[in-house]
Amino acid sequence: MSAAGARARRTETAWAAFFLAPTAIGLGVFYLWPVLQTFYYSFTTWGPFGGHTFSGLTNYRALFHDPDLRSAFANTLWYCLLGLAGVPIALVLAAVLARPGRRGVGVYRALLFLPVVTMPVAVAIVWRWLYAGDYGLINTLLGKIGIHGPYWISDQHTALIAVAAVGLWSSVGYTMVILMAGLESIPRQYYEAAQIDGAGPVRQFFALTLPLLSPSLFFVTVLSVIGTLQTFDLVYVLIGQTNPALPQTRSVVYLFYQDAFVDNNRGYAAAIAFLLLLVTVALTGFQFRLQKRWVHYA
Amino acid sequence: MGIRTVVAASAVLALATSTAACSSSASSSASAGKVSLSYGVWDATQVPAMQKIIAAFEAQNPTITVTIQQTPWADYWTKLQAAASGGSAPDVFWMNGPNFQLYAANHVLRPLTDLHPDTSVYPPALAQLYQYKGVQYGLPKDFDTVGLWYNKAIFDAAGVAYPTTAWTWADFQAAAKKLTDPAKGVYGVGANLEGQENYYDTIYQAGGYVISPDGKKSGYADPAGIAGLKFWTDLVAAKESPSLKQMTDTAPLNLFESGKLAMYWGGSWDAKAFAANDSTKTAVDVTALPAGVKKATVIHGLANVVFTHTSHPAQAEKFAAFLGSQAAAQIEADTGTVIPAYNGTQQSWVKAYPQYHLQSFLDQLPDAVPYPISKDTAAWNTLETNVLTKAWDGSEPIDKAAGDLATQMNAALAKEGP
Repeated sequence: MSAAGARARRTETAWAAFFLAPTAIGLGVFYLWPVLQTFYYSFTTWGPFGGHTFSGLTNYRALFHDPDLRSAFANTLWYCLLGLAGVPIALVLAAVLARPGRRGVGVYRALLFLPVVTMPVAVAIVWRWLYAGDYGLINTLLGKIGIHGPYWISDQHTALIAVAAVGLWSSVGYTMVILMAGLESIPRQYYEAAQIDGAGPVRQFFALTLPLLSPSLFFVTVLSVIGTLQTFDLVYVLIGQTNPALPQTRSVVYLFYQDAFVDNNRGYAAAIAFLLLLVTVALTGFQFRLQKRWVHYA
Repeated sequence: MGIRTVVAASAVLALATSTAACSSSASSSASAGKVSLSYGVWDATQVPAMQKIIAAFEAQNPTITVTIQQTPWADYWTKLQAAASGGSAPDVFWMNGPNFQLYAANHVLRPLTDLHPDTSVYPPALAQLYQYKGVQYGLPKDFDTVGLWYNKAIFDAAGVAYPTTAWTWADFQAAAKKLTDPAKGVYGVGANLEGQENYYDTIYQAGGYVISPDGKKSGYADPAGIAGLKFWTDLVAAKESPSLKQMTDTAPLNLFESGKLAMYWGGSWDAKAFAANDSTKTAVDVTALPAGVKKATVIHGLANVVFTHTSHPAQAEKFAAFLGSQAAAQIEADTGTVIPAYNGTQQSWVKAYPQYHLQSFLDQLPDAVPYPISKDTAAWNTLETNVLTKAWDGSEPIDKAAGDLATQMNAALAKEGP
């Protein structure tokens, strides 16, 4: 390579570094540094108004004997599983609404996407009112057909499902939009060819749509799992701090919040956060391994 | 989504307040030493009265401006503790009994020794509540006792005589039974899972205690403690109170205000909100709590305290002193906001709402018991909610729950140290 070429290469690298710097600095200051700090704090014990002492593995040892943590992880995994149910629902909605030319498609798309751009706290407050046992809209409507509905968000048996349903409702629009984009990127010619070869709609779906959509499906499942692992605001607003169903609905991040900010047990909270990070990395890694079996990159 | 939203929001808030602080200090050096103070409060219904007091203070001290930072009760202590840890708590803020010792022991509060406050103008129990190791850290703002609020229309409809100061537990229970009307969704009383307004009072009325006078032992497992709790769980079990689930959906205070509860054990602080609400403006009244083995009501009061790390200690102390003065107390009384702590101004509060027998709250003073606290009250307050939930929803018998609570509370008290 000529000297001029090498110089040009160096200038190019310098420019690249220059343009990447703002993002890199942002990531470092707001993401990487807090992660390292949290890791360090997870080995410390805190006083009620700050000031910490190094306490080794005490917090991690306590994690393994904490029944609240176990139930919080179980609840969170339920949120994950129920959240994944949103993917097939979004797929159906996307398939219906991706066809151009139908009347009112734009309106439905907007309506389904509306919850995504609404503040989660506002969503939770409205649903709290819908779910109310005695005066809520849901139970009033059920009452009209003779069903006496439960106290959705304060009954131990229904509260988790009620929270997950709101989570699903408010995220399905986002999933739908991504899948719609995926559907629209599949070339029409493939379907024409399949039709000529005599494939019906069902065969077309399984032989064409599903494999060609699998990268988008993979993307939304990974996002959905990471998103539901971080469930917090819905539990915080829908359930509240004195709800008898709190143990059955408390998520890991809610437990973290309680330890860090209510009980001022910041070292222990840091250990919870770190454990959640490990679980998130493990689940995402597992999904990436699994993708080799079902995701087709055309 | 997730906690990031909340963290981001609080970061923005912190940034906004810190820039506000910068700009104010910058302008203060520029424009003839004008100082601005922040005042942390939780009760929105008291904000108008606090504004009036601030206006009176600013008129006397033209170089000082005060802005109110109101945080709802549910988040007040969480936010304050985080702010105090980070050195950005309000210059002056409200303090209550359960949290006082924790804050004083951790040097968050500024001793008011320079003010040489005359505490003889307040009820002695309230002034003492805000002393730590012999030093005064807060000036009493107000006090409150609990009374029996009742809805006259529901009593009339059921043909039950209004409650009197002579009522016993038996009278109360009999009335609750008669007043309950499942068809209309009307209940005798709301057995809220709430210490100060409900089970603390009944435990003392049963002759028991929540925490022993030396602050070392829980009284929940004693027969009197169990009797005080059973008073409420019996009402829930008999469906003379809404279930815990119902009360989670709609707070008993709101049920009472919408005419679904015949009786409500509420504080003197409820008077202002009831008088402002059309459905309770004239429909309700108040009397003393019924007597168990003896008469008792929990008394508690707030204080104004100064943050140790305030950047304007002299001005903050001046404001705190004004908040504890007779002039400020008179404004609180005249607006009917709360019972002011300054002796001699309380009668004005009674007269603020002539339609209610507010004198009942003052008449109970001889039987009043101090609000139970220890060095780390919050630790066992969490236990109370966690353990008693099981007794309230009927999944555990009351004596088992009370026994568990006493064991866990004793362990928490032992951790506090001397």
